[in-house]
Amino acid sequence: MINSAREEILGRIRHALDETGARATSGGAPPGPASPASPADSRQREEMVTLFVERTADYRAVVERCAPAQVARHVDAALRANGVSRVVIPPGLDRDWLSAVTAQVVIDNGPSTANLEGYDGVVTAASVGIAETGTIVLDHTVDQGRRALTLVPDVHVCVVSESQVTADVPGAIRLLRPAIDARRPLTWISGPSATSDIELNRIEGVHGPRHLHVIVVQD
Amino acid sequence: MSARGSKRRTERNPVGTTTPTYLGMPKFPKLAAPELRNPVLRHNLQMATHTIRDKRAEVVAEVEDWEVLRLDGARSKDAALNDLDHHLEELERNLQAAGATVHWARDAGEACRIVTDLVRATGTDEIVKVKSMATQEIELNEALEAAGIDAWETDLAELIVQLGHDRPSHILVPAIHRNRSQIREIFAREMGKVGRPAPEGLTDDPAQLAEAARQHLRDKFLRAKVAISGANFAVADTGTLVVLESEGNGRMCLTLPETLISVVGIEKVVPTWEDLGTFMQLLPRSSTGERMNPYTTMWTGAAPDDGPQDVHVVLLDNGRTRVLEDELGREALRCIRCSACLNVCPVYERAGGHAYGSVYPGPIGAVLTPQLRGTTSDIDRSLPYASSLCGACFEACPVRIDIPRMLVELRSQVVDQQRGGLPSAEAAGLRAASWVFGNHKRLEGVQAGAAAASRLLSRRSIGQLPWPASAWTEARNAPAPATESFRSWWRRTHEEEGS
Repeated sequence: MINSAREEILGRIRHALDETGARATSGGAPPGPASPASPADSRQREEMVTLFVERTADYRAVVERCAPAQVARHVDAALRANGVSRVVIPPGLDRDWLSAVTAQVVIDNGPSTANLEGYDGVVTAASVGIAETGTIVLDHTVDQGRRALTLVPDVHVCVVSESQVTADVPGAIRLLRPAIDARRPLTWISGPSATSDIELNRIEGVHGPRHLHVIVVQD
Repeated sequence: MSARGSKRRTERNPVGTTTPTYLGMPKFPKLAAPELRNPVLRHNLQMATHTIRDKRAEVVAEVEDWEVLRLDGARSKDAALNDLDHHLEELERNLQAAGATVHWARDAGEACRIVTDLVRATGTDEIVKVKSMATQEIELNEALEAAGIDAWETDLAELIVQLGHDRPSHILVPAIHRNRSQIREIFAREMGKVGRPAPEGLTDDPAQLAEAARQHLRDKFLRAKVAISGANFAVADTGTLVVLESEGNGRMCLTLPETLISVVGIEKVVPTWEDLGTFMQLLPRSSTGERMNPYTTMWTGAAPDDGPQDVHVVLLDNGRTRVLEDELGREALRCIRCSACLNVCPVYERAGGHAYGSVYPGPIGAVLTPQLRGTTSDIDRSLPYASSLCGACFEACPVRIDIPRMLVELRSQVVDQQRGGLPSAEAAGLRAASWVFGNHKRLEGVQAGAAAASRLLSRRSIGQLPWPASAWTEARNAPAPATESFRSWWRRTHEEEGS
């Protein structure tokens, strides 16, 4: 039954394409628009990181920049500012980042989903930052955790290093190819959860974390 | 130049299903008439379409090479469509290798049966849904309900539509026809009937309404064993499905349940992962007018220890292979459902989405629906005429679908189809006009009659004329004839000067 549907649909497609000579027009397609390579010189890189910070803040995430030695202090301040008392972290997160945290910290070892409701905050790393759109991408490796981890708690503190920031979307897609080939899921995040369904008023915070706090760390 | 002469089109593949909701609907002008008389609806629509089109214009202007992006989006979709069988086979191979089960559905009924059986096999009697045009097109919720399975829409706008026992009126913001006080009223009345009631003293503050939806849906997300989604893109060379969203309801559905069933139209395929570099720029800017939507999930089959482990993909035809048969019309399959064409369309802005008699309203609906379902019903035959051919839709389309050209082509198909039998009122009228214009005495006689009628009418336009002229006046007003013809005016004002 299922197989016959498959054969029939593929047969319909072949008929449609072969009868109308459509196949002849495919192939030899021009390449897509060239994407600027990520800038090498330090002034351009600085401009790109500045743009990333601006654009991320534009979608009402809280963004700040700091030196590597200050990450722990900023993580603690972000959790305090949002009143987080129980924070969950992925198993591979750099523990130094939590050395100043006063909230209770629990390492995620795959508790059931319902258990995640017991946490009001989560701290993770990221995989890629996109300057042009103010987007962070998680590929859910050990320092970012499984997808539910950054979804159920209300506050997400995300630490991105400057070297992870790329100029634009095609650049990010290229960087993410290995993760996709490894069949890892990806989550693209641009600001906190939002809706515009009521008279097109933008309202932050529907189902995902209502507070996104991004810490950009110098290399 | 002569597109019609060179067009190649066969008619072997079957049309898609016209689902019960839309069966026997009257034609567009009849459906639009009550909507046009509803001032609340017109106000809501005008405000919404103008807000969103301004936002879109702003973020599109930010992109230096928008036109290059549009060309590349069209190229990528054409490459997918012109080799669709191979790309689908590649997609299937990659999905299966990643642990997903692939199903094929020829039409709406078959897709609904596949999904219903999959849900039944899990033993659950409720599912959560991510907003999806494909599942609306096949009326999956109704099929599940008939099988005793509750389907909960989780997108805020879809929730408003579902709780209001209503139909969506826009691709992106389906409750665009409702204002905040109407939404408050629906929430207060309906939420308690199907789950956690709206909080006491709910006001029409949008933030409060969103909070009520968050609370209402939270239990359903955490309890659900099965989720049903569509997909914005299906990447052939990696087997990756992509869902763009804003609220996080998509992430909830795609992450928390054990079983995930995605219904994907066969035209959603893009050839390579790199193609997403273009579409992830085109779609958010064109649809919500943002540089990027808040959340996008990309998943490839079942990820070990992360998210649903029982993953199904239903590849849906339902008339798409029929559209593919038409050399001109197949361009409509490029559509990425951004809804930019709706927001710029002067006809949509006034008539609203319900008048289009399909889940696909606006300009894209006017070309897609008659191709998917054929032109045998009143509504589908009338859709190619639901346009002023102003061309704004083509300008806004991120994948350069030439909607106006397609509308004209479809009009000629509808006319060809109706040739033979009694001449139409239009044909008879034109024959009469040619007789009148053929002789100046006849013309002056008719003009004198019209001028006399006009003096009796004493107004500037006529809303309703008797048959056969009613064919014109049911869609637009007819101007009242002038009280004096140009020829008689010229004679009266110039003849005595001896010219």
